[in-house]
Amino acid sequence: MLKRAIPALAVVLLLVGVWWICVVATHSPIFPTPLAVVTATLELLRDGTLWDHIGASLFRVAAGFLIAVLVAVPLGLWMGWVQGAFRTFNPIVQLLRPISPIAWIPIAILWFGVGDASPIFLIFLSSVFPLVVQTVTGVHTIERQYLRAAENFGVSRRKLFVQVVIPAALPQIIVGMRIALGVAWLVVVAAEMIALHSGLGYLIIDSRNAGNRYDLVVAGMVIIGVTGLLLDTMMRRMEGLRAVRWRYAR
Amino acid sequence: MPAKIVADGIRKSYANGNGTLPVIAGIDLAVADGEFVAIVGPSGCGKTTLLNILAGFDRPDVGSVKVDGAVRGGPSRKGIVISQRGSVFPWLTVEQNMYFGLNGHDPDRKSRADHYLGLVGLRGFERGYAHELSGGMLKRVELARALVVRPEILYMDEPFSALDALTSLRTRIEVLRILDQERHTCVLITHDVEEAIHMADRIIVLSPRPATIQAIFDVPLSRPRDLASREAATLKAAVLREFGL
Repeated sequence: MLKRAIPALAVVLLLVGVWWICVVATHSPIFPTPLAVVTATLELLRDGTLWDHIGASLFRVAAGFLIAVLVAVPLGLWMGWVQGAFRTFNPIVQLLRPISPIAWIPIAILWFGVGDASPIFLIFLSSVFPLVVQTVTGVHTIERQYLRAAENFGVSRRKLFVQVVIPAALPQIIVGMRIALGVAWLVVVAAEMIALHSGLGYLIIDSRNAGNRYDLVVAGMVIIGVTGLLLDTMMRRMEGLRAVRWRYAR
Repeated sequence: MPAKIVADGIRKSYANGNGTLPVIAGIDLAVADGEFVAIVGPSGCGKTTLLNILAGFDRPDVGSVKVDGAVRGGPSRKGIVISQRGSVFPWLTVEQNMYFGLNGHDPDRKSRADHYLGLVGLRGFERGYAHELSGGMLKRVELARALVVRPEILYMDEPFSALDALTSLRTRIEVLRILDQERHTCVLITHDVEEAIHMADRIIVLSPRPATIQAIFDVPLSRPRDLASREAATLKAAVLREFGL
């Protein structure tokens, strides 16, 4: 385990080394060395603002993501199961899906102002579509022999859904949730450009605006990367549940 | 014995690129109550289509299927299909699979599930999932799940062909032992002549597509059957001659 992590760690160290050498060699007055970034992170830790920013960002992502799950999973199941629902809603989903959440920023401000509601709305938009698409795929790819078996036993519609359709689609839904949470975290920085006084996105923009504190900018970026990795690791654990492992190779 | 299943003048064709492809060209068939009928034929001859029609998953273009004298409208729990690919739900435990076809309020569902799991020798695997079981065990779960709803008919669509030869033989012997205790009407689709001779009371040989009945053989061998016996060998040769072998 530790041995297998060595090449990955070596790449990280190499990158940090190259970064360090470049900054020193170019005598850049603004771009921070890795040491400056560490110092900046410690400074944020000491005055306690780091946890506030992380907490604010996580709260917005969690809220937007959960609303997306509550909307997308039932909608996707319905669209996947009922052909008419698919024909009715799929075109609008496909039309809205390629619009970047960033393009929605002016409308978000117009509708929700500059409080927490705007970034939550943007994060909702970013995660709802991939989740709908994956859920629909999950239902569409249920193997026919399972549906036939359910039909053969003549079970109720409720039982068909609870014990066949939903669990059969669950592995795809989990993949969708992973993708959706990844995109949500990706969008949080842009979404927080319009946030007031908190969040990692705000930290980055504010550090740039308030006196070119690029050490804080890079610190914010690194923290976003690490948090994103932790979130994905958490989502991956769901793939280990016994009731969904049948679908994943390995 | 009264006829359990009566197929009358079944015809079926499928639309393909340029016109229709006739798959079944007129089959009349009666299966007696408690009889075990094997339907053998060359691959692609329409065996599975015929089984789907008998089990109610597909409708014939012409003709009808009657079960107990009533025209078959669709699949029913009176006749359970056991398929080649297997349909044990991989997201449910063995026990949950056993309960699937049973009423949740049934007070003795636990004892019934337990009884049939014991019958197929899988007591102790209740909490296991499909991917934790071997192919042969999975087949036995599927059989137990079918038997627990007390079906009158078992439709088997090449149920053993995905298993290796030894496991296939072992599972066949197991199934025969279980069927000996509970008399069901059975329809087995297979391309394995030996399997048909091993299990069935009667063997129906289908022609190449479009399928018609080419020959019918009674299997007069006593059970349990000795596949190495002279009678079995003679019968096998006779059936294989129908395939031009």
